[in-house]
Amino acid sequence: MTPSPDHPGEAMPQFKMHATGVEGVTEGTERMEVSMGPHHPSTHGVFRMDVELEGETITKLKPVFGYLHRNHEKIAESTSYLGSMPYTDRLDYFNSMTNNWAYALSVEKLAGIEVPERAEYIRVITAELTRLQNHVSLIGFLVQDMGALGTPLMYAFRERERILDLFESLSGARMMCNFMRFGGCRCDVSADWIKQAQSVVEAFPQFLDEFEALISENEVLMARSQHVGILKPELAIDAGVAGPVLRATGVNYDLRKVDGYGIYDRFQFRVPLGDHGDVYDRYMIRVLEMRESVKILQQALAEIPNGDYVNPKAKLRGFRPPPGEAYGRIEAPKGELGFYLISDGSPKPYRYRVRPPSLINLTILEDMCLGQTIADAVIILGSIDIVLGEVDR
Amino acid sequence: MWFEELLITIKYYLVLQMPGSLQPVGSAFLSSLPIMTSFGGLFALATLLERKMLGRIQNRYGPNRVGPGGLLQPVADGIKMLTKEDIVPKNADHLIHFLAPLGLLVSAMLGLSVIPFGHRLIALDIETGILFFFAMGAASELAIFMAGWGSRNKYALLGALRAIAQMISYEIPLILSALSVLMVVGSLSLSDVAQAQSGGIHTWHIFTPWGFLGCILFLISTLAEINRSPFDIPEAESELIAGHMTEYSGFKYALFFMAEGVAMFAMCALTATLFLGGYHAPLPILSFIPGPVWLFGKLTSLVLLFIWIRGTMPRLRADQLMEFAWKFMLPMSVVNLIAAGVWVALDGGVAAWILSGLLNCVAYFGWSRILSQASRFNPRTYRYAEEAGVSK
Repeated sequence: MTPSPDHPGEAMPQFKMHATGVEGVTEGTERMEVSMGPHHPSTHGVFRMDVELEGETITKLKPVFGYLHRNHEKIAESTSYLGSMPYTDRLDYFNSMTNNWAYALSVEKLAGIEVPERAEYIRVITAELTRLQNHVSLIGFLVQDMGALGTPLMYAFRERERILDLFESLSGARMMCNFMRFGGCRCDVSADWIKQAQSVVEAFPQFLDEFEALISENEVLMARSQHVGILKPELAIDAGVAGPVLRATGVNYDLRKVDGYGIYDRFQFRVPLGDHGDVYDRYMIRVLEMRESVKILQQALAEIPNGDYVNPKAKLRGFRPPPGEAYGRIEAPKGELGFYLISDGSPKPYRYRVRPPSLINLTILEDMCLGQTIADAVIILGSIDIVLGEVDR
Repeated sequence: MWFEELLITIKYYLVLQMPGSLQPVGSAFLSSLPIMTSFGGLFALATLLERKMLGRIQNRYGPNRVGPGGLLQPVADGIKMLTKEDIVPKNADHLIHFLAPLGLLVSAMLGLSVIPFGHRLIALDIETGILFFFAMGAASELAIFMAGWGSRNKYALLGALRAIAQMISYEIPLILSALSVLMVVGSLSLSDVAQAQSGGIHTWHIFTPWGFLGCILFLISTLAEINRSPFDIPEAESELIAGHMTEYSGFKYALFFMAEGVAMFAMCALTATLFLGGYHAPLPILSFIPGPVWLFGKLTSLVLLFIWIRGTMPRLRADQLMEFAWKFMLPMSVVNLIAAGVWVALDGGVAAWILSGLLNCVAYFGWSRILSQASRFNPRTYRYAEEAGVSK
């Protein structure tokens, strides 16, 4: 401890080191604690990982979040049911359509509102488009985290823009769509919009083929992501992990099949499953899921019937669901997104609770990262696919 | 040759105008001035070129606001960097923190002094030119470690550790593959190496079996040596923020960038000199075009290749990088050295071509087959859930 030149007498702070006592570590070595975040290029928002490093190997990892906490649930309990619909957009700000749908679904369960068939089709179309744009930007970000300097990300964002343009022409907003209503959607889709959507959907497999040809079997990508961040199916089930992260471990659990909510039982699509549960599986499962989403979209866009886009009996103003409770859940792009509502018969929910897939999937981060290097931790975090708006709420 | 002679005549004329005691200093100054100015300017253009090219690769425009077509962007960047606050962390080792960027830039610039830019156009024509070059490359490792250690930042320290491990590992295949050229030429002087390839494109070393493999190995090691993608793990933006440069701001940060750029030019110039005929024209007919033009042309093509690689490849992990160096690069460069030895023993000719070519091909394909069979990384096929077996 030498005094620093600027501040004589004041001891220079040393790196915080821990003497070991852990087996496998030779005596005399010390560990370095690094606080990665909250301002770090690849923590996907204001998220912090307190990691303890042995060389570059992670021996301890503590996820720290809450920097983006904005009291979502309490605010929703002090506003009307419809009033928190635009607020759900801000949960997982990549996927406002599915957030809207999950919330609308639970309120419909609570109040027993029927949804017209056309509205169900519109919901499926927007939700699957949302899934496409979420997965495509995720794989872009993931390869970016592996150090591919933006090129895959830019290609991915080019496709995402097309879908966001569709959302914009439909709802007026690219990301904060605020599109669903209890008993349907806010506005109808035009025949023109369906044509546009069809052309976007038809062009999508070409992009996927191009993207996959460029990167999926790239030697470096495989070396970086295979056998890295392995998640065991038992742990995944125990931790309540859902979505592509769960299916990459080989567990067949897709709410679109399990619950068959909406009209998903009408469409032909398959659920891809991984066998290893590593980062590469999580990447590939998303790619394959996009191909299935394209199939759903093609069917839905071709079959969409005429009719009401919203249940005319559903009340917008003075909406008071009967006392009771309801839990509505959907297969959001990131996993199971659920809203749990308790009504006491007043215009405001008595209890409003979000089951955020990002947060639940994040809980297993340490289990996946232990024994891996710091470079792996970054891509493992990237492969979980979190959005801090949803984690912190 | 007229251009080189003209430059040399001007230099001696100017030196002779000076008082006798100043002449050695003046001569050194006049020799180094063109290098410093031209590579400083080239660096500015290369940053623009890199951003433009990356932009094109990434389906966007790149800088196009400042000046015609974004041509003045480097000037704007320079002004921005100069006027930024220079922040030194409170607990940093101030002297080392200050010296690190300077050391890096000086070592990169000194490497350029032994490169022949034309006939007799070499700032420092020493017998052991290439040794001097590699010694300067090793000095840059010290500078990077000074930056990492002096910053007193954990990311910087990790970045510096990675840099040392990487640069020392890759220096071995780098020097071994350069050694094959030196063996055949029989001299450590780079002007001799360039002179050995003066007879046109067929005498260039890259068009021999040992030269071809050597050039590829040399280029890969170069990428690692100058910390460029896909071997940019010491900086590793998504992992270590900026590695050893994390705690630098303002002009010191710009100096790091400049040093990296100049080091890239120096390595590219060395590659061009060793394997691509140096300052010589591909056809003797074209030798009326000055040597520096050829050298800069070859150098720029190599820089473009590096930018292209940067825009396409993901980054390796540190341990995989080491594995690649020791398991693939090192054996290959040793085999290549043997192939060059065969060439020297048979004194060129068809038999030497066939023998050394066969040796390299067998070694390359055999060894990569063995490595890829041992590899745990393979493309996968995926299954789909059975409709009936949906778990509820």
